[in-house]
Amino acid sequence: MTPGRFGDFGGQYVPETLMAVLHELIAAYEQAKQDPQFQADYAALLRDYAGRPSLLYYAENLTKHLGGAKIYLKREDLNHTGSHKINNVLGQALLAKRMGKTRLIAETGAGQHGVATATAATLLGMECEIFMGREDTQRQALNVYRMRLLGAQVHEVTSGTQTLKDAVNETMREWTRRMDDTHYLIGSVMGPHPFPTMVRDFQAIISREIKQQILAETGRLPDAVVACIGGGSNAIGAFYDFIGDPSVRLIGCEAAGHGIASGMHAATMSVGTKGVFHGMKSLFCQDEHGQIAPVHSISAGLDYPGVGPEHAQLLVSGRTECVAVTDEEAVNAFETLSRIEGIIPAIESSHAVAHVLKLAKALPPEQVIVCNLSGRGDKDVAAIARYKGEDIDEKNS
Amino acid sequence: MKKIADAFDGKKAFIAYLMAGDPSLEKSAENILAAQAGGADLIEIGIPFSDPVAEGPVIEAAAARALAAGTQLQDVLTMVASIQDRVHIPLLLMTYCNPVYVYGYAKFFARCAEVGVCGVIIPDLPFEEQAEAQVHARQHGVEMVTLIAPTSQERVAKIASEAEGFIYLVSSLGVTGVRSEITTDLAAIVADIKQHTNTPVAIGFGISTPEQAALYAQVTDGVIVGSAIVQLIEQHGEHAAPHVEKYIASMKSAM
Repeated sequence: MTPGRFGDFGGQYVPETLMAVLHELIAAYEQAKQDPQFQADYAALLRDYAGRPSLLYYAENLTKHLGGAKIYLKREDLNHTGSHKINNVLGQALLAKRMGKTRLIAETGAGQHGVATATAATLLGMECEIFMGREDTQRQALNVYRMRLLGAQVHEVTSGTQTLKDAVNETMREWTRRMDDTHYLIGSVMGPHPFPTMVRDFQAIISREIKQQILAETGRLPDAVVACIGGGSNAIGAFYDFIGDPSVRLIGCEAAGHGIASGMHAATMSVGTKGVFHGMKSLFCQDEHGQIAPVHSISAGLDYPGVGPEHAQLLVSGRTECVAVTDEEAVNAFETLSRIEGIIPAIESSHAVAHVLKLAKALPPEQVIVCNLSGRGDKDVAAIARYKGEDIDEKNS
Repeated sequence: MKKIADAFDGKKAFIAYLMAGDPSLEKSAENILAAQAGGADLIEIGIPFSDPVAEGPVIEAAAARALAAGTQLQDVLTMVASIQDRVHIPLLLMTYCNPVYVYGYAKFFARCAEVGVCGVIIPDLPFEEQAEAQVHARQHGVEMVTLIAPTSQERVAKIASEAEGFIYLVSSLGVTGVRSEITTDLAAIVADIKQHTNTPVAIGFGISTPEQAALYAQVTDGVIVGSAIVQLIEQHGEHAAPHVEKYIASMKSAM
């Protein structure tokens, strides 16, 4: 059994052609972790370029509106490029550069990871190619243009379900073709080892900051940390430093799409079963024959049939909880936060907000909830308007 | 009992791959018998998976057609059982880890042995992860074929020294599919492998013409052809069997 296991989950289930480059990456990452220069360069980029630390904001209006627990928002949406994705991207891009790679490839669902990767490539003078399912290029057209504006080449993936899963397939195939000068910058805590560990390390800054900030603000640990989960990178980032604090409930919110009973959902942790896919043993939405299921979510970033192996283990061990949030509930949360706090959350993050709207009401005012606001919702405005039956495409004047 | 080694006994092996269930399991059975009649020494039968990441567009599309036709792992095993008595060359199954894992390793390898399958190739189960399946494979006398790629380098020694059946040498970087030219220094890799094992080495990925078959048969113990056969079946649909037989005969005679 390979390293990079979380209980029985994880591993390196990839074609032989990729094993050498994974070993190269493991060695480079281990070395970089120990190197003060790498750590200093990374910290400087996070501070000066990404704008960290991100704020922990007391959502007073929302708290009063709901009349229950105090709600704090971790403002990852305020990072440069508009989401938590930049934390991981800057780390991996720096590492790739140090390994002598000159080209970054990545999958993207909502486009946030693609935009962050294109941004880091530009900053560090690297080539960049992004793979995105055709369905996602349509529902996230603004991000496609942003990536192109940043100098990246965007490939539309037309195989399979034409969403995030297929974008991962295609990026893996491209890496198998060309790995000498190319790093596959995986955007979530998924894939073969070392990605789930490495991406978690780069995202763990979210929970380290939350802990410091909430202790400074309230003098106590939060009662719950809530985050949305697709592959699970913002969630593991928000949870990680609290795993050893049993009083803190860690709640992941996945996409229930049209509702779990409808079969049109991406609720991997609620209904998924154990399997091996995309380089890892984890939980997946699949049929009884082990064929990966088509999934659905209004949110392109959560529209993925798997979840990172560490999340699978945390769930199975009982340390984390998971809830499934429907498209409708997420859209409602998107509007509620916009109107009550003046903050437009990403439709992905809106899944976490939706659960907070329920949870806060059910908890007494002395309790504290931290909601990880993983991204901003500008990219979703047109799609939400469409969902509500309004066409806001800008026309030629 | 048939063994993979039979395919390499005193000859260069021609190894044919086809996707079970494309266009139907009944036709796949016909095509397997046609491949045998054409002179194939070993046949790899693909079990379709929804997300075949090591595959190029030709085999990916074949998998999609097979799945659309309702083909699943257990159906492929049943089809193999139905032709068991008419096939005198060794048969292998090739699929991805997940369908096998979900079916259950123990049950899968037991069924393989029952229906006369000699070996299994699972491209996303590399050397380091193989143990979880291999323990069951060994129990039922089914061999697990390992792959060596142009990038394997320092991994060659450990993979080769524990190899069984044959070693699947991946000719090039990238996914399966027809290639006009293979630039890897294959002779050097084969020489390296041969230092560590007597297990035969067969080369695949990108081979489609009799000229390529002749060329690579000189440096290895066998040649694997997949996408070209799958393409032929796609082209001729229900009536592919005679074309498969003729094509394989032309490849085999060139070796």
